[in-house]
Amino acid sequence: MDLQTLWFVLLAVLWSGYFLLEGFDFGVGMLLPFLPRDEEERGMMLETIGPVWDGNEVWLVTAGAATFAAFPVWYGTMFSGFYIALLLVLFFLMIRVVSFEWREKGDSPRWRATWKWANAVGSAGASLIWGVALSNLLYGVPINSSGDFSGTFWDLFSVYTVLGGLTVVLLFAFHGASFLTLRTLGDLCNRAAAAARRLSVLAAVAVTAFLAWTVVVAVDRNDKSVFPPILPAVLGIAAIALALLFALRRRSGWAFAMTATATVAWVATIFTSLYPRVMVSSTDFGNSLTVDNASSAHYTLQVMSVVAVIFLPLILLYQGWTYRVFRARVGGEELPSPGEAAPQPTSGTPAG
Amino acid sequence: MAPLASTVVDLARIQFATTSIYHFLFVPLTLGLGPLVATMQTIWYRTGNEAWLRLTRFFGTLFLINFAIGVATGLVQEFEFGMNWSVYSKFVGNVFGAPLAIEGLAAFMLESTFLGLWIFGWNRLSPRIHLAALWTAVLGTWLSAYFILVANSWMQHPVGYKIVNGQAQLTSVWSLLTNSFALRAYLHTILAGLIFGSVVMLGICCWHFLRRHEVDLFRRAAKLALIVALPATALQLFVGNRFGEAVTSAQSMKIAASEAQWNTCQPCGFSLFQIGGFTQQDQTPSFSITIPRVLSYMATGSFNGQVQGLNPLQSQEQRQYGRGNYMPNIEVIYWSMRVMAYAGVLMLLVAALGAWLYWKKKLERARWFLWIALGSIALPYIAATAGWVLTEMGRQPWIVQGLLLTSKANSPNVSTTWIGISLGFFISIYVVLGVVDFVLMRRYARPDQPAPREELPEPAVSY
Repeated sequence: MDLQTLWFVLLAVLWSGYFLLEGFDFGVGMLLPFLPRDEEERGMMLETIGPVWDGNEVWLVTAGAATFAAFPVWYGTMFSGFYIALLLVLFFLMIRVVSFEWREKGDSPRWRATWKWANAVGSAGASLIWGVALSNLLYGVPINSSGDFSGTFWDLFSVYTVLGGLTVVLLFAFHGASFLTLRTLGDLCNRAAAAARRLSVLAAVAVTAFLAWTVVVAVDRNDKSVFPPILPAVLGIAAIALALLFALRRRSGWAFAMTATATVAWVATIFTSLYPRVMVSSTDFGNSLTVDNASSAHYTLQVMSVVAVIFLPLILLYQGWTYRVFRARVGGEELPSPGEAAPQPTSGTPAG
Repeated sequence: MAPLASTVVDLARIQFATTSIYHFLFVPLTLGLGPLVATMQTIWYRTGNEAWLRLTRFFGTLFLINFAIGVATGLVQEFEFGMNWSVYSKFVGNVFGAPLAIEGLAAFMLESTFLGLWIFGWNRLSPRIHLAALWTAVLGTWLSAYFILVANSWMQHPVGYKIVNGQAQLTSVWSLLTNSFALRAYLHTILAGLIFGSVVMLGICCWHFLRRHEVDLFRRAAKLALIVALPATALQLFVGNRFGEAVTSAQSMKIAASEAQWNTCQPCGFSLFQIGGFTQQDQTPSFSITIPRVLSYMATGSFNGQVQGLNPLQSQEQRQYGRGNYMPNIEVIYWSMRVMAYAGVLMLLVAALGAWLYWKKKLERARWFLWIALGSIALPYIAATAGWVLTEMGRQPWIVQGLLLTSKANSPNVSTTWIGISLGFFISIYVVLGVVDFVLMRRYARPDQPAPREELPEPAVSY
């Protein structure tokens, strides 16, 4: 495998990581106005993602920067072309970031409601736009002969790409509900399971339709054969079908594993359908950006590969450990709050 | 066509300047307050003294409120290169993208993951691991700053590259990472961070002394703040000066502009203050106060060093790059340099005075000083903003020194309307975020609240 292809795969991995991880915390955010009965339960929901959402979001930061480094032309064309769409993403992510921080700093119902909706709208909005944006890479946007986007904001919307966005919203909502069934207790957990059941049907229909359509788009608009894009598409459809079954039977762990698989398969289907192109031109197919004409030179890719080989496993290790530390369900017996039961330093003696 | 094109570039520049200056109001406080909070927690861990736990929580809350905005505004910076400067991005991605990507993989992941562990880990981790999580997050913030400055310094002083087919390509990652400009900029920025942390902390402690609130508790924090502030502000004058020498060799035009030095001089006096003398038509100030030989020392390290003037540099660059104006806005550069330097000296005086009063055991009662220290919280913000104006506007008209002009680097497909929308958007949301952040910081720092321990029954901030 040459380095361009390796970096194309690594970007698929980074986007998969982002969708897989931020996907459930977006899902939890979207359910915030609907699932809990009171502010206490809402606090519990936020506590399930509190320790990890920021780490999840860094996968996006890294995917963006890796695109910049490995495929500067792709980065420049995509980010300038999707200008207004990315501005909306920034808006959604910003109101969401501060909502985590600020919601609990005030007690008035209006203040709380504001930040609850900021989080929910931010989560749903960012999911929608990412779905639309990534489907557009394959569906094609106007790109001129100098490799620049030559369309308008509205060129990003077609039935296919909007379905892509809605699919991501539904999939993340289902993924988030499955996550909550694993991380909460009692009544809240039951309601999360009921939400997962309801969402599973919608998500399954959307994912099946979208992934099947994606294979068709790959053949029609990107000069691909049915094989290999069909592989991740079938995997995704199988996973979402199984997720539906597990959700209905309340096998929470398995349901979550399957929504996770379906999420990764969504990204994998787009990327498999794209290769060797990274952005399809809808005006003149010859203007499409490819892994060859959009990438950095060999040396940069070599350096970046060494860095990725060292740090990606480390990241997986310590983020995995974080999930282990916070594996206990939220809302069980009250943990002593730090103020009253200040953790004692080990016997008060110097450590070393 | 020409005026329209320049409007697009100007708007894109205004937007980038606004968002980066805003972002950098929060970053250095994170860089400096992080290790200070970690030090407090370390002292608590080692001594078991409850006071230090309360201080950790008190300043930890402020650290996190500030951190959240840094995260929210940081993402904007990464997106903006591609959104507004696609020609630039395509030109530099090979070189400039690498440190940004390494920052994500090696630093930012570390910082956000371990900060999450610290915030929520009070009862789930052993005290030792919990403390280690905070130090790891701090390490992440410091690494982050390094990689970002490596990227920025390449724009000021490009190294380790060759131009192939109109693209800059990396030839040596080692040269990139050890760029002398980057190392000095890093030291300068880390010290700025420590000054931010300690001066803000000192100011808050003094606010509590003014209200006679928890004097014993905040005396400890004030001592820690002074222990950091005094050497950091003193060292910064020296490091800033050495950084100036790096600028002299990489960007002679920037140094000449920051002194409004039109003609080559040897030895050169440092102009403390001047009226006029900032334009090509008006090169001689109508009034100025100058200290002999000091500029020579600052720019070259020798009291008899030669500093090239704007006029010869302009002719030289015209011969090298073709017709055009290669000078930045002299008046802005001259004053931003002075605002930065004077604010730096003032902070050193405040730190020295504070240390002396503390040593004389008079700090909590010297009300005149307490007011000064409280007001001094503004100084690091002023100095850092002026410093970035100097660095970035001083590089103009280049976006990458000597390689690419700013006027040719913007996204060709992004219209004035689009930038108008985004600029309006950023200004409005940043104003809202700024106001709420200020209100929250003030509320959690103010002296009339109950003792920090009762104030924070929950994990310091859950986000």
